[in-house]
Amino acid sequence: MDLILIFISAAVVNNFVLILFLGICPFIGVSNKLEKAFSMGMATTFVMVLAATATWLINHYILIAFSLPFLQYVSFIIVIAALVQFVEMFIKKTSPALYRALGIFLPLITTNCAILGLALLAVLKNYNFIQSVVYGLAAGVGFTLALCIMAGIREDLELAPVPKAFQGAAITLIIAGLLALAFMGFAGLISG
Amino acid sequence: MKKGLAHEFIKGLWEESPTFRQLLGMCPTLAVTTSFINGFSMGLATTFVLVCSSTIISMIRKLIPDQVRIASYVVVIATFVTMADLFLRGVYPDISKALGPFVPLIVVNCIILGRAEAFASKNSPLPSFLDALGNGIGFTLALSVLATIRELLGNGLLGEPWVIMILPAGAFITLGLLIGFINLAKERRRKTATPACAIR
Repeated sequence: MDLILIFISAAVVNNFVLILFLGICPFIGVSNKLEKAFSMGMATTFVMVLAATATWLINHYILIAFSLPFLQYVSFIIVIAALVQFVEMFIKKTSPALYRALGIFLPLITTNCAILGLALLAVLKNYNFIQSVVYGLAAGVGFTLALCIMAGIREDLELAPVPKAFQGAAITLIIAGLLALAFMGFAGLISG
Repeated sequence: MKKGLAHEFIKGLWEESPTFRQLLGMCPTLAVTTSFINGFSMGLATTFVLVCSSTIISMIRKLIPDQVRIASYVVVIATFVTMADLFLRGVYPDISKALGPFVPLIVVNCIILGRAEAFASKNSPLPSFLDALGNGIGFTLALSVLATIRELLGNGLLGEPWVIMILPAGAFITLGLLIGFINLAKERRRKTATPACAIR
């Protein structure tokens, strides 16, 4: 029950992209094609689950055990960078087409604040190991959801007569605002 | 090269403003601009990290092997972020609490890594310092403008409060409109000179 609550809370109620503003760069950068958005979401989710696992272990068995909390940021970011490198190599081997499609945004998962944010928030919320992993999975699902909804809208938007100055980033941000408004409707799901 | 030093500083303020022109560092821009003081202090913290890490990276740029440069930059940046975080927590606990996880998240602010990779890794310390300072102040300005608009409208200092401005949705919509209008103004001015090029 507890785990389901964490999952729903992180995936929709406190959606990482639309409510907590984490991971805005890929949200704007990769959300122009549905297929690409979905693969990006999957890759990010994968890194998120791994990152939640790895950072929890490091935090509990190294940083807390040896009372080194001030090394938290440095060690978390190194772990995440290593994980992204690993995922990059994995995708390059298994699906070269996907690797080319994601391009620069794949190594940039390292600087996706959603990943580091996830690790820091899990520590802040005092989650145990299982809860952290579920939290990571839920955050990834929420991220993929937001990215795919946005990509679907933007594919239709290409045919819409948007004023020239508002094309690209400006209209994307305004639509994201409307989506955020819609996602606030989920707030009643858990607080009530 | 010599037209230089003043230009390195000024370009970050408006012409290549990290927020409005390059769309970098969007997450903190949207998240902490609920009030002027939050936006402004976030800008200052980011500027501190940006200036220190750009200067240090430019000093050690010849010692870093090319393959591990990004990892080295990130370690330098994370060190200064830890310092900024501890300082805020100790001296301004209220602001630290209001900014929450977004202080540690300066580590992954693309402006900082962007300046390190695009400028500090190729230039000597003084231009790197000025470039970082200009970009930092440009970022602080953008955050302050956005935060001021949201606070004024959202807290009802100009008549009826618009609650939406304080909510997440307000951040997206305000920034979207600002960027749109800046593009519009730029397009108008350029119409006489060169043909406008669309952003992205």
